[in-house]
Amino acid sequence: MAYYVPSTEAEQKEMLARVGVSSFDDLFAAIPDSLRIKGLDMPEGLSEFEVRGKIEGIARKNVAFKSIFRGAGAYNHYIPALVKQIVSKEEFVTAYTPYQAEISQGVLQSIFEFQTMMCELTGLDVSNASVYDGAAAAAESVGMCRDRKRSVVFVSESVNPAVLDTIKTYCYAANAEVSVVPLKNGVTDADAAASVMDESAACLYVQQPNFYGLIEDAGKLGEIAHSCGARFVMGVNPVASAILKTPAECGADIACGDAQPFGMPMAFGGPYLGFMTASGEMARKLPGRIVGQTKDIDGKRAFVLTLQAREQHIRREKASSNICSNQALCALTASVYLTVLGPDGLRGAAERCASKARYAARRISAIKGFELLYPGEFFHEFVTACPCDASVVEKRLAGRDILGGLPVSGGILWCVTEMNTKEQIDELAGILEEVSR
Amino acid sequence: MKLSFEKSRDGRSFPILPPLDVPREDLPEGLLRKSPPRLPQMAQPDISRHYTELAKRTHGVNDGFYPLGSCTMKYNPKLNDEMAALPGFTGIHPLQPPETAQGCLEVLFAAERLLCLITGMDAMTFQPAAGAHGEFTGVLLIKAWHDARGDKKRAKIIVPDSAHGTNPATASMTGYQVVNVPSDSEGGVDMAALREAVGDDTAGLMLTNPNTLGIFDKNILEITRVVHEAGGLNYYDGANLNAVMGIARPGDMGFDVVHLNLHKTFSTPHGGGGPGSGAVGCKARLEPFLPKPRVVRCKDGFAFSDPERSVGSVKAFYGNFLVTLRALVYMLTLGADGLRDAAQNAVLNANYMMKGLSDVYDVAYPGICMHEFVLTLEKLKKERGVSAMDVAKSMLDYGMHPPTMYFPLIVKEALMIEPTETESRETLDQAIAVLREIRARADSDPGSLHDAPLNTPVRRLDEVGAARHPVLKYNFDGVSD
Repeated sequence: MAYYVPSTEAEQKEMLARVGVSSFDDLFAAIPDSLRIKGLDMPEGLSEFEVRGKIEGIARKNVAFKSIFRGAGAYNHYIPALVKQIVSKEEFVTAYTPYQAEISQGVLQSIFEFQTMMCELTGLDVSNASVYDGAAAAAESVGMCRDRKRSVVFVSESVNPAVLDTIKTYCYAANAEVSVVPLKNGVTDADAAASVMDESAACLYVQQPNFYGLIEDAGKLGEIAHSCGARFVMGVNPVASAILKTPAECGADIACGDAQPFGMPMAFGGPYLGFMTASGEMARKLPGRIVGQTKDIDGKRAFVLTLQAREQHIRREKASSNICSNQALCALTASVYLTVLGPDGLRGAAERCASKARYAARRISAIKGFELLYPGEFFHEFVTACPCDASVVEKRLAGRDILGGLPVSGGILWCVTEMNTKEQIDELAGILEEVSR
Repeated sequence: MKLSFEKSRDGRSFPILPPLDVPREDLPEGLLRKSPPRLPQMAQPDISRHYTELAKRTHGVNDGFYPLGSCTMKYNPKLNDEMAALPGFTGIHPLQPPETAQGCLEVLFAAERLLCLITGMDAMTFQPAAGAHGEFTGVLLIKAWHDARGDKKRAKIIVPDSAHGTNPATASMTGYQVVNVPSDSEGGVDMAALREAVGDDTAGLMLTNPNTLGIFDKNILEITRVVHEAGGLNYYDGANLNAVMGIARPGDMGFDVVHLNLHKTFSTPHGGGGPGSGAVGCKARLEPFLPKPRVVRCKDGFAFSDPERSVGSVKAFYGNFLVTLRALVYMLTLGADGLRDAAQNAVLNANYMMKGLSDVYDVAYPGICMHEFVLTLEKLKKERGVSAMDVAKSMLDYGMHPPTMYFPLIVKEALMIEPTETESRETLDQAIAVLREIRARADSDPGSLHDAPLNTPVRRLDEVGAARHPVLKYNFDGVSD
């Protein structure tokens, strides 16, 4: 079925004749006969009506939970109507990388606005146009810090396991060593960091808030990194960034993270949005696309992809990263989200997360067997003990249309956002009380 | 036009969230930032207009012809997008118990099965988020394979000089030295140079086939054999799979690992630069090294499983799931015949356009091309002072996106044209007419081409100035213009 091909069979014949061949086969004469396949052993095409039915059927095999208390790197936040409408505009959806700046000012300006917002959130000087996701951003960030003399990447054990795993993969590729700094009370052990880091250290990477939701003493960890001449890299939750000390205030050289909470659905893990910002001094080491402001020949302000001398299409094997695209539509999503919320709205969302998480933590930890595991301050995630196998709790909650916290070693990692009403939290606590009895 | 920050007015805000329904509890003062981020403060109607204005200053496939070579800017079916917006997919947490996400696992499993059929591979991962990310993952599989065999002398990756810049950059990023091999007079890999380049230090070869000149390398079986005999593996850059999908398979050509650009070949939208998907397929011997986790069939449905010697993760979770889903919708819609039909018409459209231009422009490698072809404007520049840039910028005034410019690097003043199968004959005829008119103007009024574009929101930009004095964010304190 010639589904999206406009040419009719008659037109195709005429066009083949114009080209000077008699059949499609002639067009593929360069392909050796032995390589030409007879056909693919897959089903025939279906009508739009049939495909829709089939895919909707597959979607129904998923459980979209009524209330969600799980985060751990993917967060359930409210997505305003304006965000969904704007990012569905076909101009944005169907464009590609803005190579031709004259007809791409819309995408370019939106990225310039995105870069500005990321700098505002993190307090740092320069942002790139985004990368694949938070884990890839972390891996690229630590890559910016390595050189021949300083090759060991120190990563706190308190980072999201997927982020640590991704950093390890990138370091394996680059033949670089990763050293994990242990925990104490759920946060990075600063004394351990100070004792293991030396002049081989490229950087120290910590996550704020960390995987267990706890707020790290980032300022102190930054000093430790800097005192041995290493860079300090912070992976941050962007919602928490609305209220927490900025990476710049904590002395970070690079900040990165995943901006999925800014208007992107959880969508089984992607697409999400990696962001990276850095101090001015490190700007030329930033990988990926960067948009800059300039003028056209009439003197009109305009935006363009810039600092391309860093990139693969110019430097080929000498480029520091092979990245050649960004998550432009996701960056646009985040920009629209932040514009819709504004500074007050974003702070409001962050404060709702913090207050509701505290309320939930108090309710849950009051139940026998569900005590808080760590004493520190947290943002919107926290770990409690679990009096039984955590999967039992998970199943029990699932039966009531609730996605409970993530089973982790020692207990359950809960996440509470502005999406969780007091009623939902009370219901959750009620079910946990039943489990506890 | 103004930036959102310039439209901002203090105090403009509107409620999105309901009032707090639990006691307010703030974090200790000492943990908080000194001042709030300076985000725009705008009213809803003005936000809506701001982005509509930006959309109008953006050219997508939906706005007009977009023959950007090697990017496969085909029509993005709207059904794909509707399916990707179903709450049964968007509302699923990636760490849900697999038994509550069977639909998502089925999507990944089904897409893997179909794409393995199309490429002739045995297994596939969807974790990589883009083509370059897929290259990184694929070359890592090669590295892990040699490492697992204890073969430590494999330090080099061979890359033809017609390759995308991402190929050599990927090889470097994975710790390899790059050996460039030249192209022969027909645009294929120079066999003598390849034989010279391989040895017991060869880790692998990265090849795009058809290549960036739009040529299917007729020596492909010999090329992959030479590399295999030297103990290396063959990597297929799938950027140009659209030419051969349903017709020939990389797996049969001797390739061990392949990446696909689902946002090119499989019709998912490019989104202004992303999100895409760089799915990576491999032969059975590389399967144990794939990123974790993978989806497997189990007795009650589908489950996750970690490959025994996985290279780890290249990003969190399972890749850009909604992109994979769109690609699956596309494959189900087209079916086997539809996929072949798409490839055939992609190649036909490219040849039709080349034919319509070849008497007035120089084709870099004349003959039958695959899905794209390259013009060289070297002579035109010498004789009339009109460059590939001038022709490209002139096209903008006709409402068309220009071809890829100055690539591949081995062709001087290159314009690389890939019309794709979803363009009608009328569109191709119109594009041919425009390019012929521009060519005529190069004779009659070359100056007018240097001035182009005239009718775009902005005209040619000072790119040197942008790089020399980088302004990479809005200056809140400065004077704006």
